[in-house]
Amino acid sequence: MATQPRPAAQPGRLLWRVGEVFEVVEETPTTKSLVLSVPGWEGHKAGQHVDVRLTAEDGYQVQRSYSIASAPEDERLAITVDRIEDGEVSPYLTEDLMAGDGLELRGPIGGYFVWERGLGGPLLLVAGGSGVVPLMAMLRHRAASGSGAPAKLLFSSRSQEEVIYRDELERLAEADEKLEVVHTLTRSQPEGWEGYARRIDEEMLREVAPSPSEEPLTFICGPTPLVEATAAALVELGHDPAGVKTERFGPTGG
Amino acid sequence: MDEQLKLDGNAAAGSLGEVFPFEMTMAEVVCDHCASENFVGALMVYQPPMTLGTVVRCPGCDNVLMRVVHNSGHYWLEMRGARHLRIPDGSSVAAGEAAAEE
Ligand SMILES: Cc1cc2nc3c(=O)[nH]c(=O)nc-3n(C[C@H](O)[C@H](O)[C@H](O)COP(=O)(O)OP(=O)(O)OC[C@H]3O[C@@H](n4cnc5c(N)ncnc54)[C@H](O)[C@@H]3O)c2cc1C
Ligand SMILES: [Zn+2]
Repeated sequence: MATQPRPAAQPGRLLWRVGEVFEVVEETPTTKSLVLSVPGWEGHKAGQHVDVRLTAEDGYQVQRSYSIASAPEDERLAITVDRIEDGEVSPYLTEDLMAGDGLELRGPIGGYFVWERGLGGPLLLVAGGSGVVPLMAMLRHRAASGSGAPAKLLFSSRSQEEVIYRDELERLAEADEKLEVVHTLTRSQPEGWEGYARRIDEEMLREVAPSPSEEPLTFICGPTPLVEATAAALVELGHDPAGVKTERFGPTGG
Repeated sequence: MDEQLKLDGNAAAGSLGEVFPFEMTMAEVVCDHCASENFVGALMVYQPPMTLGTVVRCPGCDNVLMRVVHNSGHYWLEMRGARHLRIPDGSSVAAGEAAAEE
């Protein structure tokens, strides 16, 4: 075995490369966007992700997936990372990494949880916490490409301070009567808050989601329990499971 | 199995991209156990400790469809649980087919 020549890596395979942090943007007290310069980046589709890999001095490696936040039309690639207390990777990305630093990554990855202008609408996007990231790429792409597809984002956050992209979402929705953004704040609400103040449930989805007869393209993303509860409730409400795409981020959050 | 560690097929796309020269979440798999057909992107992935590689399961019956392990210079791909894998080759024929299905 050992004497056999090793085949060369195929050009189509996914390879690691090094990007450079161009800018770090604080989104919320625990969340930062990393704007990256990646030499030779071939572009991406809204909804795709990258894998990020960290290597310790002793050679120990860890890798995690992060959704792409930027639109395909944007000049630079961006990811948005929420810091998980005691996490192996996210505290490094959100606290230690600075402009000018290198970051090893591979991508773009995925083709299933993707929305492109040509797919049309209506779009139903449901997010919990950092699950908004790939959906934001879709909304940014929708705006940048001039897609007129009606879109709704139902976005669950713990508190108003923790709403990622809050200002940009407000601006996008104000400028576009076909886009509606509905927030629910599950832990604390600002004084005078008249919006939802509970976890996403079937009743909320009945009120917010387009009716099943409109056959919305549905993308749900966030902590695993939120994604499962939302997908199950939509199917219960009569939505075609084939039109409901999910991206689970892991245990909790949102 | 801790339900909380469940992810979507998308989370395995990086590992599969190390082995296959194609975008694999749009490939379709038929489960050998329950015969259901799904896009890889719609399958279940359990987040295992890194050393155990990536395990992809059928959302219908939990059958293990694929296991990818990268270990001491080799990739191990076990697909006992899958009847077949239908992979779009990225050509315009496949793209046209996808458009026609819309
Ligand atoms: C396809 C995909 C896309 C993703 N995109 C993003 C993204 O755009 N932005 C982003 O911030 N994250 C994203 N994630 C989650 C991300 O990959 C990591 O899981 C997350 O950053 C935690 O990694 P860590 O190393 O800091 O924590 P770990 O060391 O992995 O975990 C530390 C502790 O936190 C718990 N934990 C792990 N993951 C989470 C979680 N998501 N929420 C709460 N607790 C957790 C663990 O059970 C453990 O107890 C994505 C995940 C997937 C699969
Ligand atoms: Zn099955």
